[in-house]
Amino acid sequence: MKVYADNAATTKISEHALAAMLPCYETYYGNPSSLHTIGQQAKEILEDARSRMAKCLGCEAREIYFTSGGSESDNQAILSAAYTGAKKGKKHIVSTAFEHHAVLHTLKKLEKEGFEVTLLSVKEGHNVKAQQVKDAIREDTCLVTTMYANNEIGSILPIAEIGKICKEAGVVFHTDAVQAVGHLPIDVKAENIDMLSLSAHKFHGPKGVGALYVRRGVPLLNLIEGGAQERNKRAGTENLPGIMGMTVALEDACENMEKNAAYVAGLRDQLIAGLSRIPHCALNGDPVNRLPGNVSFCFEGIEGESLLLMLDALGISASSGSACTSGSLDPSHVLLAIGRVHDVAHGSLRLSLSHYNTPEEIDHIIASTAQVVETLRNMSPVWRDLQTGKRQYIL
Amino acid sequence: MALYSEKVMDHFTHPRNVGIIDNADGVGEIGNAKCGDIMKMYLKVENNIITDVKFETFGCGSAIATSSMATEMIKGKSIDEALQLTNKAVAEALDGLPAHKMHCSVLAEEAIKAAVKDYYDRNGIAYDKSLFPDEECPHCHE
Repeated sequence: MKVYADNAATTKISEHALAAMLPCYETYYGNPSSLHTIGQQAKEILEDARSRMAKCLGCEAREIYFTSGGSESDNQAILSAAYTGAKKGKKHIVSTAFEHHAVLHTLKKLEKEGFEVTLLSVKEGHNVKAQQVKDAIREDTCLVTTMYANNEIGSILPIAEIGKICKEAGVVFHTDAVQAVGHLPIDVKAENIDMLSLSAHKFHGPKGVGALYVRRGVPLLNLIEGGAQERNKRAGTENLPGIMGMTVALEDACENMEKNAAYVAGLRDQLIAGLSRIPHCALNGDPVNRLPGNVSFCFEGIEGESLLLMLDALGISASSGSACTSGSLDPSHVLLAIGRVHDVAHGSLRLSLSHYNTPEEIDHIIASTAQVVETLRNMSPVWRDLQTGKRQYIL
Repeated sequence: MALYSEKVMDHFTHPRNVGIIDNADGVGEIGNAKCGDIMKMYLKVENNIITDVKFETFGCGSAIATSSMATEMIKGKSIDEALQLTNKAVAEALDGLPAHKMHCSVLAEEAIKAAVKDYYDRNGIAYDKSLFPDEECPHCHE
């Protein structure tokens, strides 16, 4: 049995989205900036897509900027808000310790340029509380940037509450909603979101395309210089096939959200219940406010990469936050941020589900994981030390 | 294209010589759980020949595969031959490792040396201390 359970990394494109892309290569292949008919047809499709995207997010078409994906959107939103703030002498940014690297590395770059960054702790409840944001905002805060939902451990942040706090404080609020868009109901106006990043391939759309929502009135600086595309804010010929695929994928995701979320959450709970029966393990992430498709565990006494490889050999595609999978000596910053010690963080496993998964596949994952964890523990000197009392159990 | 060679996957999924030797003549442990890998080697020695060897490893696929391959390469060999085993030779025997995984093969080489050192210590055999690793995790200091 082949089971794809790495949907937080990327998803399979839907047939509908793929079918919507092909005419943009074969028939409507014009450049939307060209004045001739073929170009103008492409322009029409582009603007139609923008309106439809806006409708899904509860904003106006002119507030949508097409980009190459989540990382670009995050970079542009954060740098733009920071440099705009700096002009008014505001050089403080509030974020969280478990953001994606697209956000954290951008903030690191800004720190080197003299900005001050407060990263809120996510140890308590594996999540951040809106009050922490409120307490961290200062006179010179120019930006609050928090993810909508965490990619590794699935915690959903209190975005509407944070949005309200930022609005009252007059601080720009950006959210990296890459894991949330298409999976959770989002209304940028109702939630007081000023900027939002999204990426198509996380909701069964194509890779290499995304969008940045920027509320009208919030200044936006451009990262990429060149032509006048995207109202002068993002140069480069528009990726029309990608944009079309993304639009169709998002419409489908929003239309079927309630049904899909309920189904996927059912699979998630089945998987969490099954894996919880393995001794000396722990669920990572907020157990209540959690993405429908996210399952993340740490297993004591084993290492994550070997766990992944053995699951792969049994047909299961998953991911891990172990050092060996990250290419560094440190395990995932997210697991460390929620308070998992190194020894345990190395033994992590993330399974991220979609509506393409089935209950039979979940049973296969549970049985395979239990078997692989036992095999690896039986050859682990750490596990032996735990069992013989030479080392104390952490989980 | 897979991350690892077929040989690595073979030794990883069917590791040779896994386990412990109850009355081992030498035991060596290298690495720490904080770094994400620990390797423990057990040797049985008769007339300067390694008659049996077992290992336990907490670590990634290449750590497990290199432990397995290293035990095969020293079983039945003399202590001196075992000490000549380099991490490169282990990696080559596995048809290579990805560059960022070479440190795992260092671990296997050092675990064997640590076990031999323990054997020497137990039997009062003199040796050149500089030829043996510290008990610290070798790749943490890279």
